[in-house]
Parts: sequence; structure tokens; C-alpha cells
Amino acid sequence: MPAVSETVERVRSIDVDQYKYGFVTDIESDKAPKGLDESTVRFISAKKNEPQWMLEWRLQAFHRWLTLREPQWARVNYGPIDYQDLYYYSAPKSTPGPKSLDEIDPEILKTYAKLGIPLREQEMLAGVERSNVAVDAVFDSVSVVTTFKEELKQAGVIFGSISDAIREHPELVRKYLGSVVPITDNFFATLNSAVFSDGSFVYIPKGVRCPMELSTYFRINEKNTGQFERTLIIADEGSYVSYLEGCTAPMRDENQLHAAVVELIALDDAEIKYSTIQNWYPGDAQGKGGIYNFVTKRGDCRGKNSKISWTQVETGSAITWKYPSCILRGDNSNGEFYSIAISNGHQQVDSGTKMIHLGKNTTSRVISKGIAAGVSNNTYRGLISSHRKATGARNFTNCDSLLIGDKCGAHTVPYIEAKNASTVFEHEATTSKISDEQLFYCLQRGLSGEEAVALIVNGFVKDVLQHLPMEFAVEAQKLIAISLEGSVG
Amino acid sequence: MNLLEIKNLHADVGGKEILQGLDLTVKAGEVHAIMGPNGSGKSTLSYVLAGKPGYEVTQGSVRYEGKDLLELAPDERAAKGIFLAFQYPLEIPGVATMTFLRTALNAQKKRRGEAELSTPEFLRLVREKAGGLGIDQDMLKRAVNVGFSGGEKKRNEILQMALLEPKLCVLDETDSGLDIDALKIVAEGVNKLRSKERAIIVITHYQRLLNHIVPDIVHVMAKGKIVRSGGPELAQELEACGYAALETEAA
Repeated sequence: MPAVSETVERVRSIDVDQYKYGFVTDIESDKAPKGLDESTVRFISAKKNEPQWMLEWRLQAFHRWLTLREPQWARVNYGPIDYQDLYYYSAPKSTPGPKSLDEIDPEILKTYAKLGIPLREQEMLAGVERSNVAVDAVFDSVSVVTTFKEELKQAGVIFGSISDAIREHPELVRKYLGSVVPITDNFFATLNSAVFSDGSFVYIPKGVRCPMELSTYFRINEKNTGQFERTLIIADEGSYVSYLEGCTAPMRDENQLHAAVVELIALDDAEIKYSTIQNWYPGDAQGKGGIYNFVTKRGDCRGKNSKISWTQVETGSAITWKYPSCILRGDNSNGEFYSIAISNGHQQVDSGTKMIHLGKNTTSRVISKGIAAGVSNNTYRGLISSHRKATGARNFTNCDSLLIGDKCGAHTVPYIEAKNASTVFEHEATTSKISDEQLFYCLQRGLSGEEAVALIVNGFVKDVLQHLPMEFAVEAQKLIAISLEGSVG
Repeated sequence: MNLLEIKNLHADVGGKEILQGLDLTVKAGEVHAIMGPNGSGKSTLSYVLAGKPGYEVTQGSVRYEGKDLLELAPDERAAKGIFLAFQYPLEIPGVATMTFLRTALNAQKKRRGEAELSTPEFLRLVREKAGGLGIDQDMLKRAVNVGFSGGEKKRNEILQMALLEPKLCVLDETDSGLDIDALKIVAEGVNKLRSKERAIIVITHYQRLLNHIVPDIVHVMAKGKIVRSGGPELAQELEACGYAALETEAA
């Protein structure tokens, strides 16, 4: 790779400011050179016109990362990842920060249109019912467009890319970034802290109920590109926001790495509802390709009476390693986790949640539905813990697994730690199989095998589906049916 | 033309031969009753007709509307108008009965190349059919057969039958587990579905159901075949003498 190393040399030889100009005009360097070292981190930071403190933060993370090892405890198997064989930054060409939809490459808009994502406000407005969703779209590493920005501004809501927020609202970003998932947290989160390229930023001011659903669509497009987005949501006192992320990637033979970090902060009496529909490419029938999804998501119920609710529908990715968690710090705070994780083909899922009860009278609820088909493995891993001072902590956990066929596996690994005698933790778990009798009953009524499985599975996950925002529940239902295609005879 | 024509049917379940040369011909418009002791193969016959996996036909033929039925998959048979009212209807947790009904009806319509019903059309249709069976809206909102009483389950089967409008209905011991009031409601539901275009096969142990659904022809099954056929009076005779006499006859 002589050309690549040449670029690396160039990056090394110039300082941050010069570099910024040098690369904006240079279309060919829309991608960072392959591999990861300090210069890559500097490259990304410079590319994004970041202030010095942000660069230092990244470098601190990078040096920490060099001392860490990839975690091995999850029930997933994959070959070694060559972190030097990846691109860490890729921006759509000719996109030095588009100002409006018209400035965006029509090819990208076409991609989003294919995905059914309503980016164009005018189309939304032309509809019979007015859509109440603001969308931030992240293409490879860059946030390409945010809709409804003006309307949100009127309500005082800040919603946009984290790169913009770093420049425009540094006081907020500096205060909260890394305060839930510190740069030392874990291998993948630390990597993300060093090289994250973009993501969404949300701030809801005191007492404001966000007037619409906020949504981000992530898309990995480039070959051999890692996507590292960083999302930061702050709900100030007494505010409310509902946020949804959707993810897709094209079909590729190689595995692609995705290591995101999401941090949520809910202050006194605030509520955040965070929903995910994850449909990264899961690999082909032989288990070739697919996304490695190593994600750290954590919410901090920092204030009293605050509430954070995670809802996730996980159908994609070759490997999912993901534990959206709640730190219940404020007294009377409440955490929820509703999950549907579907694995088919050769997919491997190790997912669950952590509910850390620190404050008094904190409550949490976990409803997890795992569905395994094909030769996949589906593990629920959850930690429920109460601290010494967490008087009156309560948790209810329900984990159900459904098996389709006889070559897949479902596993439940609950960890429960109670250090306060008044703690009440309940755990329920079931494992069942779609019975041949049930299938035959549906077939006899005229449903095809796939329709029957989709119907039974949708019934199985109903308790979770109803927690998704209306706009997305239907989409999720369809996705479930699609992801189970080929799971029956 | 005969709607259903079964000739010398032999079928195995788990390597054991249950049907041993059964013959049966059913014309559209007829109601047949099949009676017989436990283990005579009545339920096996119903499953073979519906195409349940594991029910292996080893010999003989089944023709439906003049065509080979056995080469069709279970869902294809359903779309062509074969309906089996289950002896033990299955539970589908989390799926509202209304959703199930709609999915089934639309799946069949789609397969036949017919237009699906709109939501208001469908709701009107369900309300109309459900009313006659004493099924209220509340029951339609509950998950399919979950927590249903025996009577509710059977009424739900008849509701599905009424909605799907099959050409050949097979009722597998629909009277089992029903009290006399429920039996009457179910029988009335079935009687409403009697028509020139439709044939019904009622499988039962007991004659009492046949007081309410009066058959045109009664068959007696023993050891995997039909050993006697006759009019409704045959059922009366069986009720009086029991199956024991026939068993020796068949052997």
C-alpha cells in the first residue's frame, strides 16, 4: 500500500490547522488511510475541525486503548479482527457539511429512499397525516442531514450531529461526553472514544417535552470501513424525549466492524425513551460477511424521579454484543429494558442489560424475548445489582426464549447481586419451541410455513412490540417476518 | 361429481399401520358421520385428509374435486377448501383471535388470487358470523385459544369454519368436552353451514351430536376401515348395542 503509507506520512507531517484546509479540497482523501495509530486519531479530529480539548480527549482514549485487550467472555465466536486493516473514517464525497437537502449527493438520498426513510420534509408534509419524526441520517461516518431542525429549535431542542455540537455547544458536550461511558470503560468503547466520527446529539432543555420523535438512521456503505458513531442525549430537568435509531448496511463478503457508544443522561424528573431497530447485514447463508456489532449503550438516571427506557429490536448483524444499561443513581428513578433479539442462519447474539440500583426506591423492569432459528446462538446476559445504599430497590425480569428448529441454541445468563437487605428482585425465564402442532394448526388455516412462524413469533414478542413508538411498530413487525425467512422447512 | 373419493387408503403413523384399506365417497351437499371406538383410526383419517406431517400414506388414493389430494401441502389443501375442526385446538399466545382470523382469511384469498378484505369489510363479516355463535368482541381480542374454556375453543373452531367457507369440513370430535348448551350452539353453527356446495364429515364417538346435526349417511369405523354404512338409524343402533359387536364383525 504505497499510496496509503504516503498519505499517512503526509498526515504526520502537517499540523492540525494546515491539515484541515489541505484535506477539504482534496476529494481523494475523503477516507482516512487504512489502519489505526495516533495520526489516524489526529486526522479524524482535524477533519472535523475539532477544538484542542476534543483531540486530547481522543488521544487519551487511544493511548488507553493500546493497553486493552478485546473481551472474550461473550458467547460468540469470530476470527481475530485486524484493527490495522480497517478504515476509520469515510465521508461521502464532496460533503464538507451540507447546508440543505439539495446539497446532498442524490445517490445518498436515493439510498435512504430505498430504505424507506423519509428525509425529505416536503414529502412528509405532503402526506395525508403529518409525520412527527425528525430524522438525522448518518452515512458511513458523517451525519448528512437533519430534518425539522428549525421547528425543534423553536422548542429549544438541540438535535443534530455530534460534530456540530462539539463546535457549537462545547460546554454541554464537555460536561457530559464520557460521563456515562468513560473513555476507560471497555475495549470497544475506548476505541470508539478515540476514533468516533459522528453520531447524534440531543439536548432537551428544562421542562420541555420534545414535540416530535427524534430518529437517526445509520448506514454503513464503504468497504472495509468501521463505523464508530457516538450518540449523546441529555434530558434536562423535567423534560421528555423519545428517540429512535435504525441501522442498515449493504451485503458484503467481508465482515464490517461497528462499535458505537450511546450515552443517555436523565436529570431530575426527566424521561428518555430510546428505541433501536437494528438491521445490519447479518451475513449470507454460509455465515460469510455481516456486521460485527459491538456496542456500548448506557443510560444514567442521574436525577431523582428520572426514567430511562430502552426498547430494542435486534434482527441483523453477524455478531451482536450489546447490553443497554441503566444506572439508577437518582432516588426513585426507574429503568426499563424491552428487547426482541432474533437470530437466524449463522448469527450470534449475546445481548441483555444491566440495571445498577444505586439510589433509594429505584425500580427496574426487564422483558427480553430471544428467538433463535437456523444454526444461530442467542444468549441473554443480564446483571441486576443493588448497592448497599439502595434501600427499597426492586426489579422484575422476564426472559423468554423461543427456538425454531433443532440446530439453534438459546441461553440465559442472569447475574443477580443484592447488597441491600430490602432489595426485591424477581426473575422469570422460559424456553419454548414452536411446536409442530402449532405450525400445523396454522397451515391448516391456509397460512404458509413462513407466515405461520411470523405470526407465532409476533405473538411471542407482543409485550415488547407495544413499547415501540407507533410509527415503528409496524416496521418492526415486518422486519421480524423478513428476518425469519427460510427458518422453516 | 364426487367431492371426495378415498380408495383403499392405508396410512402409517410412527411405523404403525392405522388405516388399513379405507374407502369413502362424499358428494357435495352431503353430511357424513363417522363413528367408531377409540383407536379405530377416525382422527388419523382427518389428519391424513388435512396433510399432517408424520401421517404417511402407504397405499391407495384420495381424490378431491377429481384431483390427487395427497400431493398437495397442508396450506394448499386449506386454500382449496379443506377445513379441519381440531379436537384439541392449539393455543397461540400473544396473537389476538381477530388477527389470526384475518391472517388466515387473507392468506387463503391471496393464494386463490382473490382480493383481500378491507378492515371494515372484515370486521363486519366477523361480527356477523361471531354473533350467531355467541362469541363476543372480548373473546375475539383474547389470544387464540389461550385460557379459553372447552366450549369457547370449539365455538372458535366453528367461527373459523364459518369465516373461511370451506368446501369440505371435517369435524374431529367437536362434541368432546362440551356441555349440552354448548353442544347445541356448536351444532346450530354447523347446521347453518350446510349447503348444496359443501360437504361435512362429522367424526364422533357418541350419537348425541347426531341428534343435533342429522347426517345423511352414517359410517362405522373399526380397525382402520369402514365396516358398515347406513342412514341415521345406524347411529341409534350403535348407541343401543355398543361397538363391541362390530369389532368382532370386522375381525
